[in-house]
Amino acid sequence: MEDKLVIKGIEFRSRLWVGTGKYKDFEETAKAIEASGADVVTVSVRRVNITDRKSENLLDYIDPGKYKILPNTAGCYNVEDALRYARLAREAGISDLVKLEVIGDERTLFPDTLGLLKATEILAREGFTVFPYTNDDPIMARRLEDAGAAAVMPLGAPIGSGLGIRNPYNIRIIIETAVKVPVIVDAGVGTASDAAIAMELGCDAVLINSGIAGARDPVAMASAMKHAVIAGRLACLAGRISKKLYATASSPFEGMI
Amino acid sequence: MRFFVFMRLKVNGDTIEVAKDASVRELLEKLGIEPAGVAVEVNLSIVKKSEYVNVRLNEGDTVEIVNFVGGG
Repeated sequence: MEDKLVIKGIEFRSRLWVGTGKYKDFEETAKAIEASGADVVTVSVRRVNITDRKSENLLDYIDPGKYKILPNTAGCYNVEDALRYARLAREAGISDLVKLEVIGDERTLFPDTLGLLKATEILAREGFTVFPYTNDDPIMARRLEDAGAAAVMPLGAPIGSGLGIRNPYNIRIIIETAVKVPVIVDAGVGTASDAAIAMELGCDAVLINSGIAGARDPVAMASAMKHAVIAGRLACLAGRISKKLYATASSPFEGMI
Repeated sequence: MRFFVFMRLKVNGDTIEVAKDASVRELLEKLGIEPAGVAVEVNLSIVKKSEYVNVRLNEGDTVEIVNFVGGG
């Protein structure tokens, strides 16, 4: 039986989701996304620059026919703004998926979970496929699921911090007992091992932006992350050995001379 | 001699002049913006794409035209 990621009837080719921010230019963005093997690509919603009409657009480099575009509500610090951005994103006519961010604090960019919950409920009712960017609180994850979230996206560490999975225990609890919907770690993944760890915990996918775009060689890191997510998933399904304090020999005692 | 009457709108934070009673579609055309891949809001109300030709703008309207850019 194939191990495929399916959310609300949508099949995803890859368990690595990537962002499009912080790259040097559109060309590098496109190359990195290609190397990552990602299926889902997040974007932000911002004003068209009407005074400087460059002929190039992000979506000239990232084909919405090939990738699943996931607009975010980045920069929104209250429910009203998040709803406004989500609705505008949907009206652009490319996607009714939304990565819902309602941010509570400028320095940490941690989610305002109360606002997030309210916005999730409203958008789910309006027919959006909502992916809320949340914290590692299993109770909040459950509330978001009850409110109609298609998956939950707990942060591993603050956005762009590269600190990896700071609370693997809570992430495991969210996966094992808190929710039935998919769990996708979003934020904080800094290098390949972080991504593998997230998948080994049982996550269904990982979303990475800064960890790839900010690497010295983003295209190489994109490839590393691709392999890490595959390896982590395989390891999770394979069932690791338990951790023991003392050794158990790998070679037999019998037949020693 | 024909006189063109203009009106002033706030578009994406900037004040611009367009022909009086211009539609959203005409505004986008004047700005050289393709309707595909953008979303438009007039006075905090989102305009459906199918309505771009029908919705007429008025003097002093606040318009937001957004699209997708890089983000996490």
